[in-house]
Amino acid sequence: MATLKDVQIKIGAVKKTKQITKAMNMVAASRLRGAQTSMTGFRPYASKFAEVLGSLAERGGSGAAPLLAIREKISKINIVLCTSDRGLCGGFNANLIGKAESFAKEKAASDIKVSFTNYGKKGRDWVRKSDYEIESEYIGVVGGKFGFNVSVNAGRKLIDGFLNGEYDEVYVVYSEFVSAARQIPVIKQLLPIPPLEIIEKSEDETKQYLPEHICEPSPAELLNEMLPKNVYVQIYSALLETSTSEHAARMAAMNNATKACNDIIESLTLAYNKARQSAITSDLMDIVGGAEALKG
Amino acid sequence: MAGNIKLEVVTPEKSVVSEEAQIVMAPGTMGEFGVLVGHTPFFTTLKMGIIKYKDVKGEERCVFVTEGFAEALPDKVTVLAETAERRRDIDIERAKAALKRAEERLAKESGKQDMDFMRAKVALDRALHRIQLAATRRQ
Repeated sequence: MATLKDVQIKIGAVKKTKQITKAMNMVAASRLRGAQTSMTGFRPYASKFAEVLGSLAERGGSGAAPLLAIREKISKINIVLCTSDRGLCGGFNANLIGKAESFAKEKAASDIKVSFTNYGKKGRDWVRKSDYEIESEYIGVVGGKFGFNVSVNAGRKLIDGFLNGEYDEVYVVYSEFVSAARQIPVIKQLLPIPPLEIIEKSEDETKQYLPEHICEPSPAELLNEMLPKNVYVQIYSALLETSTSEHAARMAAMNNATKACNDIIESLTLAYNKARQSAITSDLMDIVGGAEALKG
Repeated sequence: MAGNIKLEVVTPEKSVVSEEAQIVMAPGTMGEFGVLVGHTPFFTTLKMGIIKYKDVKGEERCVFVTEGFAEALPDKVTVLAETAERRRDIDIERAKAALKRAEERLAKESGKQDMDFMRAKVALDRALHRIQLAATRRQ
C-alpha cells in the first residue's frame, strides 16, 4: 500500500497539472474569441465577393477560363492540409489527418500521384513520415495572427502549379468551425474552381439589380481577374476556420483534462484520508495494547 | 449637393471605412473615376492607388488600396481590396524600410524580367505610394 507521503506527493502533482490545464483552457478561450473576431471581420468581404463572382459568372459565360477547366485525365493532385502547430487539443489533428489520409489513399489507389501543401507542424510531421511528397510548408500560421497575404502567397503558388500542369486538381482539407463544441474535418475542391452558380441562387433580391451593372473591363475579363482571388479567399477562409477550430478543440480538451484532474484529486484524497485513518487506528491499538500489558 | 453616398472599404481582415461621403474618387484599372450619389450601377477592378473622398464636412480624406475592385450603386460604393489603409494609419517607417528592401532587390536583379523582379517592382510601387500619401498628412 502507498504510504501517506506518497499519496500526498501524488495529490500535489495532480493539482499542479490541473493548474496548467486550467490556464491553457483560459488562454484557448481568449484566443478563440480573437479568432472568431477575425472570422466575423472576414464575412462582409467574403459574402460580397461571392455575390459579385456569382453574378459575373452568370453573365460572362465561364467556359473559357483556364482555372475553371476540368482536366480529362487526372494524374497528379495536391492536397492543402491545414492542421495546428501544437498539440494538446484532443483529436483535432488526428481527425484532420485521418480525413486527408483516407482521401489520399483513395486517390493513390487509382494511380494518382498525391503531393501535399502543409499548413501546421502536425500535418507536416505526418506527411514526412508517410510516402507522400511535400510541395511546400507554412509553419506558424494556423492558431496565430495572420494576414490575407499568407493565403495570397500560397494561392499564387498553387495556381502556377495548376496552370503549368504540375497538378490537375487541388483540394483543401480543413476543419470547419460549427460551434465551440463541434468542429468537423472537411474536404473541398480548390482547383479547378467548382461551378459557382450555387452561391447565387439564395440571394434573389441582389440578383435583380446586378445584371444591369456597367462593367469595366468586360464581365469575362473581370471574371478572369477575380478567379485567382477566389482561390485566395477560399484558402484564407479555410485557415481562419481551422484556427478557430483549433482553439475551440483545445479549450474543450483542456476543460476535460481539468475535470479529470478533479476526479483524480478526489479519489486520491479519499485514499489519503483512509490511509491516515487506518494509521491512527493502528497507533491507538498499539497504545491501548501497551497500556493493557502494563496493567496486567 | 444632392446628397451623400455611403462609402465602404473592406479588406479580408476588417472593415476600414464605413461612412457617408459627398464624392468618391477611385483609381480604376481603366482610368480614375468619380462617384456621386445617384450613380449608374457600375463595376470595375482597381489598381493600386489612392481613393479620395470628401466626408460630410467637406474635408478630403484618403485611403491607400492595393488590388481590389469597386462596385458603385446609386446610394453606395463598396470597395473590396486586399489591403487598405487610411492616410493617418500608414506606418511611414515600415514603408521606408520596404522601399529600401525593394530597391536593393531591384538593383540585384536588374536585367532579369522574372517573377521576383516583377514582385520587387510592385513592392517598390507600394512603398512609394504609401510614403507619398503619408507625406501629405497634416501634422
